[in-house]
Amino acid sequence: MAEPRINIDRPLSPHLGIYHFSITMAMSILHRITGSALYFGTLFLVWWLLAASSSAKQFDIASAFFASWVGQLVLFGYTWALLHHMLGGIRHFIWDTLHGLEPGEREFLAYATIVGSVALTLVVWTLGYMLKA
Amino acid sequence: MKTPFARVRGLGTAHSGTEHFWMQRLTGVANLPLIIAFLVVIVSLAGSSQASVIARLSNPFIAMILLAALISVLLHMRIGMQVIIEDYVHTELRKIALLMINTFFTLAIGIAAAYAILKINFGL
Repeated sequence: MAEPRINIDRPLSPHLGIYHFSITMAMSILHRITGSALYFGTLFLVWWLLAASSSAKQFDIASAFFASWVGQLVLFGYTWALLHHMLGGIRHFIWDTLHGLEPGEREFLAYATIVGSVALTLVVWTLGYMLKA
Repeated sequence: MKTPFARVRGLGTAHSGTEHFWMQRLTGVANLPLIIAFLVVIVSLAGSSQASVIARLSNPFIAMILLAALISVLLHMRIGMQVIIEDYVHTELRKIALLMINTFFTLAIGIAAAYAILKINFGL
């Protein structure tokens, strides 16, 4: 493909560094980060499924990893990323209906996303450990 | 200049544009119940033996839910990663290579996961 790129010092439009921090900005960035984490985290799911479908030895190796503190940390982070991305998605659906875009509403939705995702993650893990016990 | 017909179809001179936006919404809506169901299945299997994992995933309803979740999630994550690549990678060759890798990665995940689920259901 042709690349018609000439290096001329043109004025740049405002970029990331020029904006001060806002909670909506943070949630936007987190939505992308959690999405990426979920993308690569599918490797863990595939590993677990393949291990379960292959042999007892393979399943034990995978189980040992997920039961270790590193594995538990990965799963805890994955749970949070999943729930945060899910709530972020619901926030986008609300915006798609042209609701929740006013000042104050945006910030409320942003805080609801982070508080909700942390709370739901703790609920899921509490339930998990209660079921396991 | 947009003809009335093109306006009705929602298409400009690029002949496309909203497919990814729409697909991301469609799969996002589908993901909601499917991921909740997936979470319930996974959490209920925390610390389980291989036998009980196989027994649970052999349930036809659960197997079909997992396959549906797989398809919806893969379509969703492929578009999501494509947007990220297009936003940050501006070297044409590198961008094309990464977009290809994105598709290959998504397909590999899908084939491996589907293979495992089907093997658990039919092959053991």
